[in-house]
Amino acid sequence: MTYLIDRRLQGKNKSAVNRERFLRRYKSQIKDAVGRAIKGRSITDVENGEKVSIPVKDVSEPSFGHAHGGVWEVVNPGNQEYLKGDQINRPKGGAGSGRGKAGNSDQMTEDDFIFELSREEFMNYFFEDLELPHMVKTQLTASTDFKNQRAGYNMSGTPSNIHVLRSLRGALGRRIAVGGGSRKRVAEAERELEQLLLDGVPLLDPRVVELKKLIHHLHTRLLAIPFIDPFDLRYTNRIKVPKPMTQAVMFCIMDVSGSMDETRKDTAKRFFILLYLFLKRVYDKIEVVFIRHHTAAAEVDEEEFFHSRESGGTVVSSALHLLDKIIDERYGGGSYNAYVAQASDGDNWDNDSVLCRQLLVNTIMPKVQYYTYVEITDGPPQNLWEQYSQVPDHHQHFAMQKIVTPADIYPVFRELFKKQPK
Amino acid sequence: MNDMTAKPRHPNALPEQSEWTFELIEQIHQEIRRVAEGFGLDTYPNQLEIITAEQMMDAYTSVGMPVSYNHWSFGKHFLSTEKGYKRGQMGLAYEIVINSNPCIAYLMEENSLTMQSLVIAHAAYGHNSFFKGNYLFRTWTDAEAIVDYMVFAKNYIAECEQRHGIDAVETLLDSCHAIQNYGVDRYKRPAKLSLMEERARQKEREAYVQSQLNDLWRTLPRREEEETAKAAKRFPVEPEENLLYFIEKYAPLLEPWQREMVRIVRKISQYFYPQRQTQVMNEGWATFWHYTILNQLYDESVIGDGFMMEFLKSHTNVVYQPPVNSPHYSGINPYALGFAMMTDIRRICENPTDEDREWFPDIAGSDWQKTLDFAMRNFKDESFIAQYLSPKLIREFHFFAVLDDDNNEKLNVSAIHDDSGYRYVRQQLAEQYNLGNREPNIQVWSVNTQDDRALTLRHTQFQRRPLNQQAGEVLKHVARLWGFDVHLETVAPNGEVISTLEVRREKRSRIP
Repeated sequence: MTYLIDRRLQGKNKSAVNRERFLRRYKSQIKDAVGRAIKGRSITDVENGEKVSIPVKDVSEPSFGHAHGGVWEVVNPGNQEYLKGDQINRPKGGAGSGRGKAGNSDQMTEDDFIFELSREEFMNYFFEDLELPHMVKTQLTASTDFKNQRAGYNMSGTPSNIHVLRSLRGALGRRIAVGGGSRKRVAEAERELEQLLLDGVPLLDPRVVELKKLIHHLHTRLLAIPFIDPFDLRYTNRIKVPKPMTQAVMFCIMDVSGSMDETRKDTAKRFFILLYLFLKRVYDKIEVVFIRHHTAAAEVDEEEFFHSRESGGTVVSSALHLLDKIIDERYGGGSYNAYVAQASDGDNWDNDSVLCRQLLVNTIMPKVQYYTYVEITDGPPQNLWEQYSQVPDHHQHFAMQKIVTPADIYPVFRELFKKQPK
Repeated sequence: MNDMTAKPRHPNALPEQSEWTFELIEQIHQEIRRVAEGFGLDTYPNQLEIITAEQMMDAYTSVGMPVSYNHWSFGKHFLSTEKGYKRGQMGLAYEIVINSNPCIAYLMEENSLTMQSLVIAHAAYGHNSFFKGNYLFRTWTDAEAIVDYMVFAKNYIAECEQRHGIDAVETLLDSCHAIQNYGVDRYKRPAKLSLMEERARQKEREAYVQSQLNDLWRTLPRREEEETAKAAKRFPVEPEENLLYFIEKYAPLLEPWQREMVRIVRKISQYFYPQRQTQVMNEGWATFWHYTILNQLYDESVIGDGFMMEFLKSHTNVVYQPPVNSPHYSGINPYALGFAMMTDIRRICENPTDEDREWFPDIAGSDWQKTLDFAMRNFKDESFIAQYLSPKLIREFHFFAVLDDDNNEKLNVSAIHDDSGYRYVRQQLAEQYNLGNREPNIQVWSVNTQDDRALTLRHTQFQRRPLNQQAGEVLKHVARLWGFDVHLETVAPNGEVISTLEVRREKRSRIP
């Protein structure tokens, strides 16, 4: 009696629960690893899985066993040289490792326990650090724009949409089709009448009278065919299609004055990553431009953006000037949707903050889709905050929030990107 | 064909292809079964299951059972297996077979037809007949009930998780796992119970154990008993080797559901105990039979040359024994030693030398099938090696014994593969497979029933070997289960206590 059973389709992923239990147990270590991974990663590369390593000591399951010491007598295979009674030096590593390695398991040095988080798991931990309620991230819907697009013709619609040419063309066709037979017979009858008259048949001949009646009748019928019929009307058909927003550019502007320490930069980075992930859902292609500034602004690569130690005082307007210049030079012409995220601790030269506001209101805001400013500070609002607070009076698509700890990032982000009443 | 040596093709000859189909598996299985029965292999009915690599990893990492309860440690094993497999560092163990009735053997879908045949012969006839025949399995395991019991355990533990929370269950399981090797009876034979009886008894147990406990942990001694209490009866009267059993029965603070979980871990541990004692024999037996059966099929021309070449390549890899100085050396390969010994016993029966007649007068020249069957049934690794390891094999393996005494400055080669060394090497190697020597001897020594309820374990030292550094961690787990202080005394053979480890419970509360 034998059974041959195909189990391939059932019971897949039986270990998924155990895997999840494992991740749950080592949550804090894994979160640390994810945190490290975010630091070491570029903003655009955040969406991949990650290798996580946990010290083997932590994941080991202890059990009673022997350590080395005392007397061990071990039989091994493969003797080539030894004779009974030979004395062998202990292998290096002190008394710890005899040739027979039985038993001394806790003295073996093992590498860390390394495994890979899937992309999904990685993102879960990433968002969890942002205190993201479990499934909310999928509800972050993009404010998609639609555009009306012509899609052929329709039999019904509003009068304003009547397509005259198409309707008349249809009417003509209909008239030809409906009147075709009569017209043919009129022509025949007229030809016949002409022939009769040429042959000298008298006008009162019943055949002539008959033909004249028929011709008249047919003409009447042809005239009764309406020039245009409701059936002929064609309306322009328009459908809504999602606007293909193919490209976007995201500007990351960060204050790198001395007060922006590693922790604050890390917070800023998380904010930028979140913005990137958000935009990634809407656009096929995003370019990221990094602008850092102290007294002077410069466009840099990501590495330098987050890790360079160059520092100095603060003139925020320098960054805004540069931003404006870059938009005009490379992202103008309406082919790009520009987003700006600015992170700063808010400390700026007094008279510069006013300039910043003016720059934003008059020059920059009309060119960008959305501008967010986050102030990463636990102190009272600075003068930049005061000035920026006036921007929303002129432009709706400007938002600003304060972030104190990484846990604030997500709520702030939600606040900044909540759907705007139109 | 004018080649006169060409064998006539067998009517059921397999086509030379590496892709398997259900029909072909049925077909080769028929042939394997025919040959196996011809050799007198007695097996449970077989259930062959086609599975994916991922399912194989699942099975591999949940203690090799088709169902098991959930625990993070299985997830850990899954992750490390998966990592190794994905990187191609290791092939998956291509044979997992469950000691159950019917006997379940897994066929991985990636395998070629040849490998499927190898697995069928190896697992479904080799291991299967071993499970059914070997005395340890006959005594200790119940093939009829194990899958049902695992289902019961999974459901019970899932229910506990719902009622008491995942964390409470997880910590308890952690602690049980830490001492699961000390959850076996070596001498008492368990009664076989059906699932129904098991459920019924579980209810009784809850009530009964609690009533016994009250008796043991009576806090208000009756006056007339005080005199006898002075005589302070030891508890337990005899040392108890089964720590999990002792905890299940006597730990003062465990809730009934916790006792039941201790029992589940203990039962499963007990179930695997025979496998831990018969690794060399079991793998040797299965390997011997896949080799013998497939060769027979080749001789009958059921399988062709290409099939045989692929089979021999796998077989050779499996039975390779790297020498001790090789970087690939990681101890003695049980497949290599077991296969060599099984083959050697057959040789001694069929073509004995003078040396064999001197060493094995009883079996030299006897019927090899009967002799091998007897050996399979009546031994475990330790006694099997002590009985059957021949000088010829000791020479072939170049076995030698090295004595490492930490009182001496150097290691001493105590015996090699020569006339004076055979018996010594054989005895030493047999000892190496004695679980009693491999694992520290730790037993429940006493419980302070009068005062602080502290539990004292005794580690009786073997060859002056110290406990590993994890012992302290394990002891914490024991203390968590016991609920009160736990001491671990290490005792020299003369009875003198050499050292003590202890874990004090700061807060005497119910776990966790």
